Amino acid sequence: MSGSEFVPLSLVPMLIGIFVAVACALPGNFLVLRRQALIGDAISHVVLPGIVVAFLLTGMVTTWPMLLGAAGASIIAVLAIEGVRRLGKIESGAAMGVIFTAMFAGGVLLLEQSDTSNVHLDVEHALYGNLESLIWLDATGWASLLDPEALATIPVELPRMAVTLLFVALFTALFWRPLKISTFDEGFARTIGLKTGPLGLGLVIVAAIAAVAAFDAVGSIIVIAMFICPPAAARMMTNRLEHQIAWSVLFATLAAVVGYVLAGYGPLWIGMRDSVSAAGMIATVSGVILGFAAVFGPHRHRGAAAPAA
Amino acid sequence: MTLELASSQETVAPRAESPLAVRGMTVSYGQKPAVFSVDMTVEPGKMTAIIGPNGAGKSTLLKAALGILTPLAGTATVYGKPVEQQRHRIAYVPQRASVDWDFPTRVVDVVLMGLYPQLGLLGRIRPVHRARAADCLARVGMEDFATRQIGQLSGGQQQRVFLARALAQDADLYLLDEPFAGVDAATEKAIIAVLKSLRDAGKTVVAVHHDLSTVPEYFDNVFLINTHRVAEGRVEEVFQAHHLQDAYGGRLAGAQMDALQLS
Repeated sequence: MSGSEFVPLSLVPMLIGIFVAVACALPGNFLVLRRQALIGDAISHVVLPGIVVAFLLTGMVTTWPMLLGAAGASIIAVLAIEGVRRLGKIESGAAMGVIFTAMFAGGVLLLEQSDTSNVHLDVEHALYGNLESLIWLDATGWASLLDPEALATIPVELPRMAVTLLFVALFTALFWRPLKISTFDEGFARTIGLKTGPLGLGLVIVAAIAAVAAFDAVGSIIVIAMFICPPAAARMMTNRLEHQIAWSVLFATLAAVVGYVLAGYGPLWIGMRDSVSAAGMIATVSGVILGFAAVFGPHRHRGAAAPAA
Repeated sequence: MTLELASSQETVAPRAESPLAVRGMTVSYGQKPAVFSVDMTVEPGKMTAIIGPNGAGKSTLLKAALGILTPLAGTATVYGKPVEQQRHRIAYVPQRASVDWDFPTRVVDVVLMGLYPQLGLLGRIRPVHRARAADCLARVGMEDFATRQIGQLSGGQQQRVFLARALAQDADLYLLDEPFAGVDAATEKAIIAVLKSLRDAGKTVVAVHHDLSTVPEYFDNVFLINTHRVAEGRVEEVFQAHHLQDAYGGRLAGAQMDALQLS
């Protein structure tokens, strides 16, 4: 494929896919190790009612009101989950399940009842996003990357996701040691003075930021998949957290690229006419990678090899 | 609050010297208190065992004193100052079962966690730090396992790694939660040797302990608890039948009592 075709049509969605995948996979590593992977699932669902309410209030599909609505819904959800957990005296997984399905369902009902026919806001959009539509019309080839005029028309989702990824990566790098220590041994972490409560909350907030920023471009399916699949697959490739992070970034990137290409061209290769959802295919590929890691990963069998004292 | 004030006033002198002084500690997980209004004054330079039946609040007392749990009431001081100001002088070894040993990390990385207070967020791990970690591993006889994944270790080996991490902290007060639970005899010997060497170097050691038969052999002092404080002091004075029956509420059979070499 030539640059004149690839750059305007595929470069931007592919990069956004990679940024989303990596931005979700980085905090996902810690969430999976903390048995909190469901948080990503919960956040990506509860943003829907927030976005719908923001749309109903402003009447526009614009970025900031929607991001604020999504963030507000995330906070309400976190509080509601904690409330249900304490008042109902049930485990947090069950509380999350109750809250995020209820809020997502509420969002779907709101969406159905409101007049959103003239904007690209519907349930399918919420699930799959519109990655393929984020094309860069003014680009004519690779040279456009150096052309300020063309760059000015690049879809806004790209720089937004790039900044989000940068923020997530900085958070992970800066708080690497506290995150690692408190994820492994929270009691010890507290005795050396680490603030494990704010740290855990910070991790969830960073995950929420990644999920909310990704939601508009790629929908919730890919967000859920990327929080869990690349880290879970990476865990089976190595026994060191440093290497696990690297593997998860590699798997996330691989899923984004392979998934995007397969969605666009895969159906044509097998004789079908239309392409399929890129977000759906990226999520599927990440699941396939997880499957391969589960079957072939060098560290998929653990614990069984422990020697006797 | 009144209780706390009253007790702190009457015991100012011993508190200031004590490596760990607890006053009026009360912790509850629900309706029933797990630890109720407990005072404890640890003697410096000694090995103290915290003993009591299952569910007596032994671990809870330690965790509340360290601020891992938030107590309903009560205070803890370390060498006369609030725990928050003395964290660098404390090394805590949690129960081995409290962490996920499948965590993707190596033995040496766990020991290096003990150096976090020195390294900080981004401080580079230098050869001096690696040498220190290796030295601590050697002291517990685990130097050959430095690059093993922690999940590949036996229970006793895991416990030794935890002890090595505490050694790396180079503290004055060592608090251990059931360090001998589920470990092999060789590990138990190795751990007790290390703890005794710490005491002989002037450090203070406090361990939650459940094996009554080894108390006189291992420890200098005993703290008996069953939600309330039962007794506290030298082994020869406190480790006696009536105190033990108080703490265990008659759950110790006569034969068990006879087997203990009570003073």
